[in-house]
Amino acid sequence: MSIIRVNNLYKIFGKEPRRVFPLLEKKYGKEQILQKTGCTIGIHNASFEIKKREIFVLMGLSGSGKSTVIRCLNRLIEPTRGEILIDGRNIMTMNKQELLKLRRGKLSMVFQHFGLFPHRSVIRNVEYGLEISGMPSQQRRERAATALELVGLKGYENSLPSELSGGMQQRVGLARALANDPEVLLMDEAFSALDPLIRTRMQDELLELQARLHKTIVFITHDLDEALKLGDRIAIMKDGAVVQIGTPEEILTQPADDYVKRFVQNVDRSRVITASSVMRRVRTIMLPKDGPHVAVRVMEKLGISTIFAVDSERRLLGMVSVDAALEQERVGQNDLRSVLTTDVYVAAPETPIGDLLAVAVNARYPLAIQDAQGRLLGVLDRTTILAEMVTGGEASAATPLADVQSADLLNPESEKGARG
Amino acid sequence: MNIPRIPVGKGFEVLIQWLTDHLSVVFDGIDQVVLSILGGLKFALLLPHPLLLIALFTALAWWMAQRGVALFTGCGMLLIYNMGYWTATMETLSLVLAAVLIALLVGIPLGICTAKSDRAERVIRPMLDFMQTLPAFVYLIPAVLFFKLGPVPGVIATLIFSLPPVVRLTGLGIRQVPPEIREAAVSFGSSPRQLLLKAELPMAMPTIMAGVNQTIMLALSMVVISGMIGAGGLGNEVLKGITQLRIDVGFEAGISIVILAIFLDRVTQQLGKPRRRKNSTGRE
Repeated sequence: MSIIRVNNLYKIFGKEPRRVFPLLEKKYGKEQILQKTGCTIGIHNASFEIKKREIFVLMGLSGSGKSTVIRCLNRLIEPTRGEILIDGRNIMTMNKQELLKLRRGKLSMVFQHFGLFPHRSVIRNVEYGLEISGMPSQQRRERAATALELVGLKGYENSLPSELSGGMQQRVGLARALANDPEVLLMDEAFSALDPLIRTRMQDELLELQARLHKTIVFITHDLDEALKLGDRIAIMKDGAVVQIGTPEEILTQPADDYVKRFVQNVDRSRVITASSVMRRVRTIMLPKDGPHVAVRVMEKLGISTIFAVDSERRLLGMVSVDAALEQERVGQNDLRSVLTTDVYVAAPETPIGDLLAVAVNARYPLAIQDAQGRLLGVLDRTTILAEMVTGGEASAATPLADVQSADLLNPESEKGARG
Repeated sequence: MNIPRIPVGKGFEVLIQWLTDHLSVVFDGIDQVVLSILGGLKFALLLPHPLLLIALFTALAWWMAQRGVALFTGCGMLLIYNMGYWTATMETLSLVLAAVLIALLVGIPLGICTAKSDRAERVIRPMLDFMQTLPAFVYLIPAVLFFKLGPVPGVIATLIFSLPPVVRLTGLGIRQVPPEIREAAVSFGSSPRQLLLKAELPMAMPTIMAGVNQTIMLALSMVVISGMIGAGGLGNEVLKGITQLRIDVGFEAGISIVILAIFLDRVTQQLGKPRRRKNSTGRE
């Protein structure tokens, strides 16, 4: 399923990259290595794989090595060490001809500042890739026109790039990449130079295009919101190394380390975290099997006053309060279905929690999360929603008193020993 | 203070002598090539009736620059014709064109080399500095030794004098191509040749053309100086004016040179600017 595999990739910039590896093994820091060898580390042991037809986002701050990684994928930059497999073929061992063929057929790139040829008209920009691979002019013009239509630029064929706005120029860049009909699109901060409104629109259009074309897209960005919106999976890079790979939700809910945690702190979590990832499982009673006795026992044991009732397929029927159950028990009525409350709000598991907040604040009971078949998956309390939206379930500025006290007792030596 | 004088001049003389003795075949070959280029150009410029050619130049000025330049060209050239310097002016023009033609054939590839290789840049740049700063008269001497008197040493001296700008500006133009555009071209699978021909050269063209303009102007000034070694043309007339103290001849020849210079400058200046009049999609 994976179309690209990167194994233990290194890129060292400088005159004597070989001298760096022994130092890396000794765990020397970046600055020390720069001082000793004059080399900087672009990529530090990066490994990941990209699946067919997914949008794989490489995210990191500037200098984290993400642009270097994407340029290694088509060998615009020669990696120092490691392996890059595309469709199972190691591109590091390819000769010049094979490499040209790879770039012409399989991979196309979209650039941050568009990289359009200013002396060529829009259509001649779009057909560039086809032109250099020797396609006859009639045929390539047709394919370029199709690609332009795909990005909504029909009618601008004969304009010069300088006559177009930034957003339109990047559409040309995208059309140029699509004209080759590549399997993989490499997008290097493709929308970062656009202003926010245009940017959002381009993101939406890219997603629409992707739904139709099913390319494999490697997207580079320094913007977490963009990464979360576009990425099927996200790899977070820091100092040339991949720190974490996961779905947007995994990144937000299970940050691998403090770096990622700090990174995701400022994101608009309410738009990204979905009900399913923060809901909790809940004890239910099954009707008509369970009668008032069972219901009262369970509620007493759990110390709650209402309980969710489902049928034998786990479809949500409603809620039973402890008062109603006791009343039924008193009158000797065994079927609880007549006293069900349906005053419960339900939501789908993929709903962002931000959309649930307004309802949750007013609802008397936790929100029930059910799938398309109506089966109860879990419930969501409004306190959970609030907590998730603010900090990801953890207070950041305030520390529990107990932790502060125990931290004082820790001596520094033992901490160091634990790390080494 | 008994340091012996270093015989710089003598050394150079020996070198030149050695070159003339041993490489005369090469120089004879160059001589023949330059002569035939020159002959062809001169023939082409002197064959049509002057008035026809004046009309042609005026039309060229109109097409390349504006109406004012065309008007100036027409009137100025008619004046040259009227004063009787037409043949001399055309001789000068053919010397300029020959020198520039060779300068471009040599200079543009050299410029590409300096852009592609830092080592070539390090070697070629000081040579260009040397060529540009050495007084023009000084390399008239070896030119005469290699090629005797006449138009060929004139062309060679002119060539050397006017070569640097086109080399420098070609190199500069290519180095100035934004890295992202180079990356874009390469990422789509351009071979080094395609990168050069389809991306770098077209983008460097305005700068290269500025170099061509400079080269032409330098060539014109040098061609006049090489009248001293019998290159012919307007330079001869100027020399006649100086040596025989004939103010009229000197002034008229001078005016003719100025008119030719302005014409060449205005017309070739336009080469560097993007021509938006033309349909940009029409070209292949």
